[in-house]
Amino acid sequence: MSHDNLPVKDPGLGQPVANPGLEEHVERYTDENPAAGNRAYAAIVGMLAAVPVLAIAFVVIYFAVPRDTYVKFGVINANAQNVGFGITGGLAVLLIGLACVQWARVIMTDAESVEYRHSAGSPPEARAAVAEQFSEGVEQSRFGRRKLIGGALAGALGFSIIPAVVLFADMGPWPTRSKREETIEATIWAEGVRIVNDVTFTPIKPSDVEIGQLINAQPENLQDFHGAQMAIEKAKCSLIVVRMDPASIKIPESRRDWQVGGILAYSKICTHVGCPISLWERQTHNLLCPCHQSMFDLSDSGVVVFGPAARSLPQLPIKVNSEGYLVAQSDFTVPVGPSFFERDSRVDFQKGDA
Amino acid sequence: MMAKPTIITESSPALEAEEAPVTKKSPVAGPLGWADDRLGLAKLGRGNLRKVFPDHWSFLLGEVALYSFVILLLTGVFLTIWYKPSMAEIEYAGSYQLMKGIPMSEALSSTLNISFDVRGGLLVRQIHHWAALLFVAAAFVHMLRVFFTGAFRKPREVNWLIGVGLLSMSLIAGFAGYSLPDDLLSGTGLRFVDGLIRSIPIIGTWAEFFVFGGQFPGDIIIPRLYMVHILLVPGLLLGLISAHLALVVYHKHTQYPGPGRTENNVVGYPLFPVYMAKAGGFFFVVFGLLVLMGGLFQINPVWLYGPYDPAKITAGSQPDWYMGFVEGAIRIVPNWETHIWGTTWSWNVFVPGLGMMGLLFGLLAAWPFVEAWLTGDKREHHVLDRPRNVPTRTALGVAGITAFSLFMIGGGNDIIATRFRLDLNAITLFLRVAVFVLPVIAFLITRRVCIGLQRADKERVLHGSESGIISRAPDGGYSEPHLPISVDEQYTLTSHLQHAVLEAGPTADENGIRIKQKVSPLRARLSRWFLEHDAAKPTAAELEEAASHGVGGVREIEAAEARALEESSNR
Repeated sequence: MSHDNLPVKDPGLGQPVANPGLEEHVERYTDENPAAGNRAYAAIVGMLAAVPVLAIAFVVIYFAVPRDTYVKFGVINANAQNVGFGITGGLAVLLIGLACVQWARVIMTDAESVEYRHSAGSPPEARAAVAEQFSEGVEQSRFGRRKLIGGALAGALGFSIIPAVVLFADMGPWPTRSKREETIEATIWAEGVRIVNDVTFTPIKPSDVEIGQLINAQPENLQDFHGAQMAIEKAKCSLIVVRMDPASIKIPESRRDWQVGGILAYSKICTHVGCPISLWERQTHNLLCPCHQSMFDLSDSGVVVFGPAARSLPQLPIKVNSEGYLVAQSDFTVPVGPSFFERDSRVDFQKGDA
Repeated sequence: MMAKPTIITESSPALEAEEAPVTKKSPVAGPLGWADDRLGLAKLGRGNLRKVFPDHWSFLLGEVALYSFVILLLTGVFLTIWYKPSMAEIEYAGSYQLMKGIPMSEALSSTLNISFDVRGGLLVRQIHHWAALLFVAAAFVHMLRVFFTGAFRKPREVNWLIGVGLLSMSLIAGFAGYSLPDDLLSGTGLRFVDGLIRSIPIIGTWAEFFVFGGQFPGDIIIPRLYMVHILLVPGLLLGLISAHLALVVYHKHTQYPGPGRTENNVVGYPLFPVYMAKAGGFFFVVFGLLVLMGGLFQINPVWLYGPYDPAKITAGSQPDWYMGFVEGAIRIVPNWETHIWGTTWSWNVFVPGLGMMGLLFGLLAAWPFVEAWLTGDKREHHVLDRPRNVPTRTALGVAGITAFSLFMIGGGNDIIATRFRLDLNAITLFLRVAVFVLPVIAFLITRRVCIGLQRADKERVLHGSESGIISRAPDGGYSEPHLPISVDEQYTLTSHLQHAVLEAGPTADENGIRIKQKVSPLRARLSRWFLEHDAAKPTAAELEEAASHGVGGVREIEAAEARALEESSNR
């Protein structure tokens, strides 16, 4: 190898001590002492010899151990097959690796070798040659005399991207105003929709709700939806119903008739990034989101008490219908869930609103 | 050229070996000879088979990442044989009794099937998840090694950028994979991503509808993430990794300073056979450990979480570790939101969510160029820095690690509150201040420590190492003689280059005509900030002076002994 085009011309720049050259080679114990060398050799072969045994054990476990056997050992309660596969397979692979590494460490040569580097850049002749070839190519392209081809080509290539981008326009529906109004700005709550328990789907009477109790609820008409559509609706309409002592909570004038004897209903979907909120502190009337720990005060129209959420939990106006069940008066008055750009958040309830 | 290609091959070791009149046949004669006739392998091998690689444990970190990636490909292919990327709802009918009859997506059902009904499926699933965590962790630590040792300097800036790309891709790959089982935990992660995408100013709602094919969660996000996870991102990763490695081969590996090591050479062991055995063996070591982990350590038990339900949640929901810093930023940020002209600007989600990632990868990508600008350094560097020798860079790195760790702690503020019985809000308030203050303190301490270490090095070079022997002089004074250190060590401790602080250039030439400053006052000031704290390394003159005083005080001992002998003989 040639030693021109080295990375630096002055490798000793700023070095007060002259480079003493490679350190002296110290012979390894396994080279010096034949017995030690033989032991290392035997250990390597031994490791490799264990691999077939482990591989066979793996196959035996695959066919002989029933899938539903569990090993119980103190706190460990694990699938026997999985543990067996892990131990046999893992050790087999590990031993191959250790044997190879050990072979390289104690048997193969440990004499260091030196190789010269080359500057990452090409030597000046090569740069000059390329520059010349390039200008020759430019010359042969006749680009110099017919410049418009270049501009036209660039324009053509640029415009050809447009159809490729437009092709992606069907990735999802376009959230135009009307589309938003029927999707992310609306839920299936409506006048007269019964509030039902989210597990049993039984309707709720005010007398079923004790002071301090929180019920996870859904609109009764959620059952009309299935599969993906149900998940979409559920991600917006999920509700929490709480009953608090009317004397101990703040009910603003504008929301006086949104509740039934201290029973209030709020969106369960966090206004931060949309986790369902459910950690209820009975004494403080605070509701904590387990995802990012935003805290809302349900005794004060759901305003944010702490944490990263910026907006109050939307409250659902409720009433009692002729049969005595809790029902919605309407849909939520503001979009539920996390913020989005086109959301008009000026009308959301803020602490101190009347 | 075309007429006589044999000229080239005639000099190749393959042909020489073939012509050699030895009875033992060369291994490159038979099948390899056949292959060489068609592929020209010998030409390729001549330069590379015995390529020298330096040896150091810290060079294994990138290897761990590479091997984890290979293991991810292998185990991932196995998982695709059974996994169904479908959100269609079915009733679970597998062998896990507690979920029998529960409606869930085909994605989760097939994940349970892999875990309970495919023999070895759970093992491979768990290896895959552990390997993913290890892949990102190894990539991060490898990047820190490259940062602290200055391996990103010329000519490796492009490879550093490729590395930053790899790191960001690996986060996307990991997150997409985390979402595929469609269990309660992964669905919660997707809910978060939905909120995050929505928060993007102006285009957020459009991006949300385009990514999810409409409203969250819809029924197409999992097939889309599956494509991202098994095709798009692995393809990009594979391409970037190939480029990353090709550049390592082209530049030759960096090496730590030491006797005989210069910017113009590389000292180490040959690829064949030493590194093939070492690196190849190390692949099996990493694989073996991951298989053991997959067999013995449970990870992501989706059957405990159950299917995703937008109305359900568990306390303690966490992303995988590498998203912890984003999660933490999201949790501790104050609730800033702007409501103007009927629009909502959700800074509380957008800034910490996408801002954190932008900040991390932006700073990383910019650093090699910023540092070169601060030092004015245009030299190629193949010998690594010892972190202490670049105090400001090292301090910045530690400050970065501190900030990253604090954000990560923020991502687990609920767990910390319950485990250590601390007040959740107090932790959050503390972190809001700490993420700004503690990195600064870490910066100052680290820079001090580096300077101290530099001074200790200088002391050691000039005055030798402490002998541990206390000697008492005839006049009653005590002293500890120092022993001289080897020239090898002296060289190692002094071979690094110290840059001069850039001075602002003149604003006018000798004729008083205004010219463009070569170095602006701002650049000069920043350069001073970056470089002026270096403790100057010993100069040749200082070394000479120390030597004439008797480096290490050995001569002092000898002199004292001679004096004592003289005194006793005089008596």
